[in-house]
Amino acid sequence: MATTALRPAVQQRTSLYEWLTTTDHKKIGMLYTISSFIFLAIGGLLALGVRTELAQPGLQFLDESTYNQLFTMHASVMIFWVIIPFLAGLGNYIVPLQIGAADMAFPRINALSFWMIPFSGLVVISGFLLGGAADAGWTAYPPLSSIKYSPGPGMNLWIVALILIGTSSILGAVNFLVTIFRMRAPGMTLFRMPIMVWTIIVTSVLVLMGTPVLTSALMMLFIDRNFGGSFFDPATGGSAILWQNIFWFYSHPAVYIMVLPGMGAISEIIPVFSRKPLFGYRAFIFATAGIGALGFSVWAHHMFTTGSVFLPFFSIMTFFIGVPTGVKMFNWIATMWRGQITFKTPMLFAVGFLSMFLIGGINGVFSAPVPVDYAIHATYWVVAHIHYVLFGGSFLAIMAGFYYWFPKMSGKMLDEGLGKLHFVLVMIGLNLTFLPMHTLGLLGMPRRIADYSPTAGWNDLNLAATAGGFTVGISLLPLLWNIYISLRNGKDAGNDPWEGNTLEWATSSPPPAWNFDRLPAITSERPLFDARHGRSGSDHA
Amino acid sequence: MSLASADHGVVEHDAGAHGATGATGAHKGLGNPVLGMLLFIVSEIMFFGGLFAAYFSLRTATGTWPPAGNGAFLLHEEVLFPAVMTGLLVLSSVTCQIAVWRIRRGDRKGMNRALLMTVLLGAIFLVGQAYDYTQLGFGIADGVFGSTFYILTGFHGAHVLGGVLMLAVCLYRGGLGQFSAQHHDMVEATSIYWHFVDVVWILLFSLLYII
Repeated sequence: MATTALRPAVQQRTSLYEWLTTTDHKKIGMLYTISSFIFLAIGGLLALGVRTELAQPGLQFLDESTYNQLFTMHASVMIFWVIIPFLAGLGNYIVPLQIGAADMAFPRINALSFWMIPFSGLVVISGFLLGGAADAGWTAYPPLSSIKYSPGPGMNLWIVALILIGTSSILGAVNFLVTIFRMRAPGMTLFRMPIMVWTIIVTSVLVLMGTPVLTSALMMLFIDRNFGGSFFDPATGGSAILWQNIFWFYSHPAVYIMVLPGMGAISEIIPVFSRKPLFGYRAFIFATAGIGALGFSVWAHHMFTTGSVFLPFFSIMTFFIGVPTGVKMFNWIATMWRGQITFKTPMLFAVGFLSMFLIGGINGVFSAPVPVDYAIHATYWVVAHIHYVLFGGSFLAIMAGFYYWFPKMSGKMLDEGLGKLHFVLVMIGLNLTFLPMHTLGLLGMPRRIADYSPTAGWNDLNLAATAGGFTVGISLLPLLWNIYISLRNGKDAGNDPWEGNTLEWATSSPPPAWNFDRLPAITSERPLFDARHGRSGSDHA
Repeated sequence: MSLASADHGVVEHDAGAHGATGATGAHKGLGNPVLGMLLFIVSEIMFFGGLFAAYFSLRTATGTWPPAGNGAFLLHEEVLFPAVMTGLLVLSSVTCQIAVWRIRRGDRKGMNRALLMTVLLGAIFLVGQAYDYTQLGFGIADGVFGSTFYILTGFHGAHVLGGVLMLAVCLYRGGLGQFSAQHHDMVEATSIYWHFVDVVWILLFSLLYII
C-alpha cells in the first residue's frame, strides 16, 4: 500500500528533475514555449494596464511614472521574452527534426541558452518590486535612460537582463548554425531544406551580427549610468545620437529576427493546407537572404527627424527592403492559387498573418518617404505599424506554428472549434485595437503619453482601442482551455495528421528522445510527399 | 516480437543519428566545436565593432585627440611598457599555435609545455595591464577619452581572462591525457579564440597608444 502510494510521487520528482536538467532539444523547445506563454501573460497584463489608463482622458488609475514603467516593460517583455524566445523555441523543436538530426550540435549550450531566459526575465521584472522598473521606453534613448532622468534600479536591471538575453540569443544562433551546417541527414542538401530551416539560418546570422552590437551599446550605457562614463552625454563630450545609431543597428535587424522564422512557419503551413508545393522555393530563399542583407542598411530610418543621418540613402534602402517581402507575399498567394485549401486552424492563422502583415507592410512603407515620416514620427501611427508587424505578423505566425506543431509535440490534436473561436476573437481584438491608432496618429496623438486632452477628438478611438485590447486578452482563454482539454482528452494525432511534407512528420508524435527510428529517402524538399506518393525509391533504411 | 522491434529501433537509431556523429570524423573538415568557435568570434567581432564605432565616432567629433588639457592623456609618450606587454601577448599566440601543432602530431608533452607557457604569458599580460591602469593618471570618468580607453582595454582584458581560463582548462585536460592527434577540438577552438584576442589587442595598442 505504502509503496504504491509512494511510487508515483518518486516518478513525479524524477520527471521534474528531468525537465530541469534536460538537454533534449524537444524538451528545451517546449520549455521555451511554456516560458514564452508565461511572459506573454505578464506582457499582456502590462498592455491592458496601458490601455485601461488610455481609455479616457485624465489620469484615472496610474500616475505618469507608473505608466512609463508599464509601456516600457510591455514592449521589452513582448519583444525579448515573448516573440524572440517563442520563435527560438519553435526552431529548437523543429529544426533538428526537419533536417533529420538527433539533437542540436551543442545540447548543453542549448539548455544554457534557455535557462538564461526565465532568469533574465525575473531580473528585468524584479524592478517593479525594487523601487521602479525601467521607464525610458524599450529604446532607452539617453538622456531619458541616464542616471539623472532614470535614477531607479529598474534601468540597471533592464540593461543587465538585456545583456543576458542577448547572450542567450547569440549562443542559440551559434548552435543553430552549427547544427544546420553539420548535422543534416544524408541527402538533405541545402536546397532541399525546409523553408523554416532557411529562415532560422538567416535569423541566426542576424542575431550573430546584430545582438553583440546592442550588447556593446548596453555596456556603454551601463558605464555612463554607474561609473561616470560620457559616451552618450553631450555635456562631457559624448553623443546622444551615438546611442540611437548603435541601438538601431541591432534593433532594426531585430525586426527581421522577430518575423523571419514566423515566415518560415507560414511557408510550411500554406503548402500543406493548399495541397501544393511552395511556389518559388528558391526565390523565397533568396528573398529571405535579401532581407537579411538589406536589414543592416536601414537602421537610420528610425532617426530621420534627428537631422544627423543621410536621408536619401536610408530612405531608398527602406523602399528596397519592401521588395523581398513582396516577393514572399507573391510566393504565398501563388501557392494557395488553385490549391485545395482546407481552413484548419493553422491555415486560418497563416491567412490571418498574410492579411495583417500586409497592412503592417503598407503602413510601414509610409515611413520611408522622409516628408511623410516627419509628419508621423513618434505618433500613434508608428504604434499601429509596429503592432501590425509584431502582433499581426510575428505573433499570428507563432500561433499558426503552435497549432500546426502542437500535435507533433504532444501527440494530441487541438480542438478545431476552440481554435477557430480563438482566431475570430484575436482578429476582431487586434483590428479593433490597432486600426484606430492609424487615425489617432494622423490626428497627431503622440506615443508614450499617459494622458490627453478631452477636446483633442481622440476619446472615441482610444476607447475602441481599449475595448479591442481586452478582446485580445480574452482571446487567449479559449487557447489555454484548448491546450488543457486536448492534453487530457485530445484525439491521438498519429505520426502525420496534416499529411505534411517535411521530416518531422516521419517520426512518432511525440518523437522518441533520439528523434528517428528510420528516415525516408530525401531526394527533394518534400521527402514525405515523395514517400507517400512513391515518387522516390525505397526507404533509406 | 516486441523485442525484435525494440532491437530494430536501436539499430536504426544509429543510422538515423548519422548526422550527429559528424563531429567525430565521419565528415572531414572542421569539428563542430571549431566551427562553433569561429561563429562565436563573428559575434565577438561585432561586439568590438560596436565599441570601435563608438570610439571613432567620439574621437572624430572631439576634434583634437587626445583632448587638450590633461597631460595624462598623452599615452604615446609612455609607450615602452605597453609595447613590451604587446610583445608578450604576440609571443603567447606563437606558443599557443605551437601547442596546436604538437598535439596534431600526437605530442602530448610538447602540447602541455606550450600551453603552460601560453597561460603564463597571458597571466603576465593581465597583471601588466592591471599595473598599467594604476600608472595611467586618468580614470573612466575623465571624459570621452577615459571612457573609450577603459571600455576598450577593459573588455579586451576580460577576454584575455576568459582565454587564460580556457587555456588553463585545456592544460588541465591535457595533463589528464584527454587529447590526442585525432581528438583535440577544444585546443583548436581555444587557440583560434586566443589569436582573435591577440589581433584585437594589436589593433587596440596601435589605436590607443600610437596613432
